[in-house]
Amino acid sequence: MAGTGAGYDLSVTTFSPDGRVFQVEYAGKAVENSGTTLAICCKDGVVFAAEKFLLSKMLVPGTAKRIFPVHRRAGMSIAGMVADARQIVSRARSEATQYFNAYCEEMPSELLAERLGLFMHAYTLYWSVRPFGCTALLGCVDQETKKPSLFCIEPNGMVYKYQATAEGKGKQAAKTEIEKVLANNPELTCEQALMLVAKIIHKVHDEKDKDFELEISWICPASNYEHAQVPAEQRKAAEAEAKRILEAEQEDD
Amino acid sequence: MKYKDGVILAADTLASYGSEARYKDVCRLKKVGEYTLLGGGGELSDFQYLSDQLDEMADEDWLNEDGCFMGPKEYSSYIGRVMYNRRSKFNPLYNQFVVVGKKKDEPAHLMYVDHQGTAFEENFVATGFGMHLGIPLLRNSWRADMSLDEAKALATKCLEVCFYRDCRAYCKIHIGVCNGTSVDISAPIPLNHFWGHGAWTEKRLEDDDPTATW
Repeated sequence: MAGTGAGYDLSVTTFSPDGRVFQVEYAGKAVENSGTTLAICCKDGVVFAAEKFLLSKMLVPGTAKRIFPVHRRAGMSIAGMVADARQIVSRARSEATQYFNAYCEEMPSELLAERLGLFMHAYTLYWSVRPFGCTALLGCVDQETKKPSLFCIEPNGMVYKYQATAEGKGKQAAKTEIEKVLANNPELTCEQALMLVAKIIHKVHDEKDKDFELEISWICPASNYEHAQVPAEQRKAAEAEAKRILEAEQEDD
Repeated sequence: MKYKDGVILAADTLASYGSEARYKDVCRLKKVGEYTLLGGGGELSDFQYLSDQLDEMADEDWLNEDGCFMGPKEYSSYIGRVMYNRRSKFNPLYNQFVVVGKKKDEPAHLMYVDHQGTAFEENFVATGFGMHLGIPLLRNSWRADMSLDEAKALATKCLEVCFYRDCRAYCKIHIGVCNGTSVDISAPIPLNHFWGHGAWTEKRLEDDDPTATW
């Protein structure tokens, strides 16, 4: 990885002759090397999942989260440097709160995503700061229409609206799996998605990596359309079922 | 007032504009967070302002996702501090608040906070005319082991007396109940009031008598 920039990669304010800003691309590398995270817009809400690497057996389960609530009906799951991401989560929270204070209405998801895109992009313009080394998957459910939406905000400030997407190490494999799932189940509900999402994360997990804890949260009727971590029993049941199916599939191969 | 399983709060539905009974369908009770009920008398705009601030605090509490929420003790303490510091800056929120609630298995909590920053805990409190007309009734009839219906009946009776004797009161009320698991504010309840007393209906003056009755 060293040396390919040939001197054009020393500062975020420098373009290379072929029009690339290497520092921003390097920030993207931090995302590519992190644990997989994915999010899916289901018929009745949004499901987030993250492969949280356990650096030590002594880590208390349920801590060092990668999925954060932004406001009642919005959550954000992070790929990349979570410490960087906390700034973005904090910014998203204040944007949403200030919007509500001004307009007495929950912030529309597209607007929030756009603001975050501008925020992240601003850090790619100046020599004195560095870009965020993380990608945020922002999932929201509209308060009135109950329509789910999902946005991916990258370190370069680009914002993409997705039906479902994945980021991190296993993103290519995960995206393929998600496309298969959605092709088979166009009317997928969040409850149905739980097991499928657990299966995808377990499947794309690289055995060479450390052990991981599956973090899932959702915004759906079961959580009263509020962002909430999936209850422990449901998560464990989904994981157990996912592992069972994966083992069965491996035996078939 | 506190009752056996929690705490209730009752308020009438009037927002006056000086002496004018301007808005007669106002809910002066507000659910704060998960376990707390705030009842406000005095300046309605200040009550609304504080309500919005408390809603923001409750949302930040919710963002922590740590499985525990602030309860009536926390909110009443915060409100008490805010009120005292505002009065010390000569910019008070002109309200008398009753902050009640019950957080799960903790004991029921009832606190009075006012625009001067006075804050105290009690088993039953009242604001405004309720202090003068209602507290004596509460002192006579309140018991720690009252059932919900008894407590509601006592609160209703106090507000009925207030409606009879306070020119600036109203005959529709809300009753809010905090029982440790939920906070429920009732639909507006009309009070019974009787005006068929002899003193009102009997003719005291003879015809053509121009003098007053007193």
